[in-house]
Amino acid sequence: MVYLTRKCEFSASHYYHNPDFTEEENQRIFGKCANLNGHGHNYTLEVTVKGEVDPKTGFVVDLKELKEILNREVMDALDHRHLNKEVAEFATQIPTTENLAIAIWNRLERQLNMAKLHRVRVYELPDLFVDFYGEA
Amino acid sequence: MKAHLTRRYIFSASHRLHCGDLSDSENRAVYGKCNNPHGHGHNYALEITVSGQVNPGTGMVCNLVDLDDAVRREILDHFDHVNLNLCSEFQDSVPTTENLIVVIFDILKQNFSAAHLEKVRLEETAMNSFEYSGNSPRTG
Repeated sequence: MVYLTRKCEFSASHYYHNPDFTEEENQRIFGKCANLNGHGHNYTLEVTVKGEVDPKTGFVVDLKELKEILNREVMDALDHRHLNKEVAEFATQIPTTENLAIAIWNRLERQLNMAKLHRVRVYELPDLFVDFYGEA
Repeated sequence: MKAHLTRRYIFSASHRLHCGDLSDSENRAVYGKCNNPHGHGHNYALEITVSGQVNPGTGMVCNLVDLDDAVRREILDHFDHVNLNLCSEFQDSVPTTENLIVVIFDILKQNFSAAHLEKVRLEETAMNSFEYSGNSPRTG
């Protein structure tokens, strides 16, 4: 089993606000992130797939195909977007880095058939990242 | 859904690697430059990984403010800009990064309960790093 990681970067804006919470609760829980005018980040995404090395090609995965899926499912959908307003998953969920990692996993997993998705790592900042392994 | 959240912190500290049970020449042979009598220092990079179910209301494994507060209070205030050899934790052990990471893990395990402490990773320099996930006996 060999693991391959592909990295890409995207920039997006978001805010954290739960309409089921009072304004005081939103402020207390989300702090500056609750500002409804939003703010943005440069996100770094690392996608790790795993599989046996194909004896003919020497590949775990066709990187060109993986890049196409990443561009279509992640970059086109998230890069230079407002996550709350333009990304379907966040119409009903808070676009935290945790939920973003899960959303990216779900978008990629149903498209990948040549290798198994192992981990999605999303850096919101160089000192803050979330890993999702598809665990329930 | 279970996710892992990692936060990175920086602290600076000095230490000297010297074992009282070894002779001076043995200490020099084992620890090399790290045995310099006057000590030396590092900028340590600490990565704390916690895990748990993502709360459906907040979208969070745990509130980052709570994690930052705990790490600042329990670790950074204690180990930043100090001589590790003088810390109570290292009166009977050598402040190697191996021993330091076990100390940090145990302190956080006892003082942070908002999420499961999954792993601690500690970089002593850009060239060497250590990971600890608990359950190893403390070395002397």
